[in-house]
Amino acid sequence: MSWVSKTLSSTLGQKVLMALTGLFLILFLVVHLAGNLQLLFPDGGESFNKYAANMANNPLIRVVSIGNFAFILIHVIYSIILTKRNKQSRPVAYAVSKSSTNSAWASRNMGILGTIILIFLLVHLKGFYYEVKFGSVPMASYDGEEYKDVFAIVANAYSNILYVAFYVVSMGFLAFHLSHGFASAFQTLGLNHVKYSPLIRKVGLGFSILIPALFALIPLVMFFQNQ
Amino acid sequence: MNLTLKIWRQKNSADKGALKEYKISNISEDMSFLEMLDVLNEELSEKGEDPVHFDHDCREGICGMCSLYIDGKPHGPQQTTTCQLHMRSFKDGDVITIEPWRAKSFPVLKDLVVDRSSFDRIIQAGGYVSVNTGGVPDANEIPISKSIADLAMDAAQCIGCGACVAACKNASAMLFTSAKISQLALLPQGQVERKVRAEKMVAQMDAEGFGACTNTGACEAECPKGISITNIARMNREYFSAIASSDNV
Ligand code: HEM
Ligand code: FES
Repeated sequence: MSWVSKTLSSTLGQKVLMALTGLFLILFLVVHLAGNLQLLFPDGGESFNKYAANMANNPLIRVVSIGNFAFILIHVIYSIILTKRNKQSRPVAYAVSKSSTNSAWASRNMGILGTIILIFLLVHLKGFYYEVKFGSVPMASYDGEEYKDVFAIVANAYSNILYVAFYVVSMGFLAFHLSHGFASAFQTLGLNHVKYSPLIRKVGLGFSILIPALFALIPLVMFFQNQ
Repeated sequence: MNLTLKIWRQKNSADKGALKEYKISNISEDMSFLEMLDVLNEELSEKGEDPVHFDHDCREGICGMCSLYIDGKPHGPQQTTTCQLHMRSFKDGDVITIEPWRAKSFPVLKDLVVDRSSFDRIIQAGGYVSVNTGGVPDANEIPISKSIADLAMDAAQCIGCGACVAACKNASAMLFTSAKISQLALLPQGQVERKVRAEKMVAQMDAEGFGACTNTGACEAECPKGISITNIARMNREYFSAIASSDNV
């Protein structure tokens, strides 16, 4: 085995992939949220549709988007490999366990939280990404130019209370995943320091509440605007 | 005080094993937890039953042999070793469940005794200094700051009991391995073999079948010697820089 494949089959090497891809996805969440917030601009979707068209046509974004899919895939694949190994490392469970006294719930359930996020991602991609790219999309024209009316698709989806509820609840699970994952990734990368770690934990907690909350706000606001 | 004990009984490593209930009375709160088990074992021996097997040696919290999972926590409700746990931590009428460490890499030998030789093999893989470092040096002869020496001593507190593995939901040995890597990586004497040590000890830890780390922090919270998970971050740094820069292709 070469040193590269040896590293990638070691627990530490695999954890680094989890941490790096996780941090990239965290960065992606911020960019994605910045774009999504344009859904709330009171211009009937014009700025959001123009933004969506820009994203679709920008070659750099196309590359980043392929990378993003790859990173999600790596994150998921290694989460399965690691979680499976972790389960096998304790074949006989304890009859009595008080793990809640020594660790946070989210930290012990990253696999379950991740699986729920994955289900959300699949529904989300089917509903928006796939529809916009391959489905039939209504057109809107601004200043004589034609744009895909992505806003209409989103608004239509968010008029369904069940979809909105699914979206909001999923963001809750994302919040828990991040409440542990954000700071955990730094520890995995060996970035633990008396000066910075307390700050990283605080920023991580703030991030894990703020970002999912803003994501969840969008469908809620659009649902009530539609009523 | 009078207590009900639910103790894991298992004849040998091939046996399936089960929890068995025992009543015990007239236990003084000044007894240590192991003394309480001694009382039980005397009663069992008098009745001609097989006494409960458990590991212990120094009974003063320094050897790392005692290893009981008591009421859902390694070494019981206090952050100390089982031998230093006293019955005043319990009250009359309590039901106490006693299990062995649970990990694939710590197979049960009998009752509450587990085989922790996987830890020995991790040490054998690189947890030593094999270059000649001379005799005992004079004070302040080796250039090292007090704060670094303190960190190395903190890591060297690890007695290898395995409570970290027992506490971890992944049965991960990262706290143990990281302490053993740190105590040498921090000191001048450990520099020569620094890279190969990190590579080999991590590889052995994986080969033994311990789980990976999810950074839950349970190990640190339960460690009787207060070993910090900053050691795990240090081990990760040691490992990554070794992988990236060693000659070991
Ligand atoms: C937007 C989506 C996601 C983000 C931002 C994210 C972020 C993170 C971060 C930062 C970590 C910490 C890495 C570490 O401890 O070093 C992590 C861990 C984890 N993630 Fe995700 N994740 C996402 C989606 C998913 C999905 C879809 C799954 C799986 C199906 C998943 C499964 C896991 C698991 C199992 C861990 C813990 C791994 C371990 O330490 O053993 N995540 N995630
Ligand atoms: S018996 Fe030695 S530490 Fe408990």
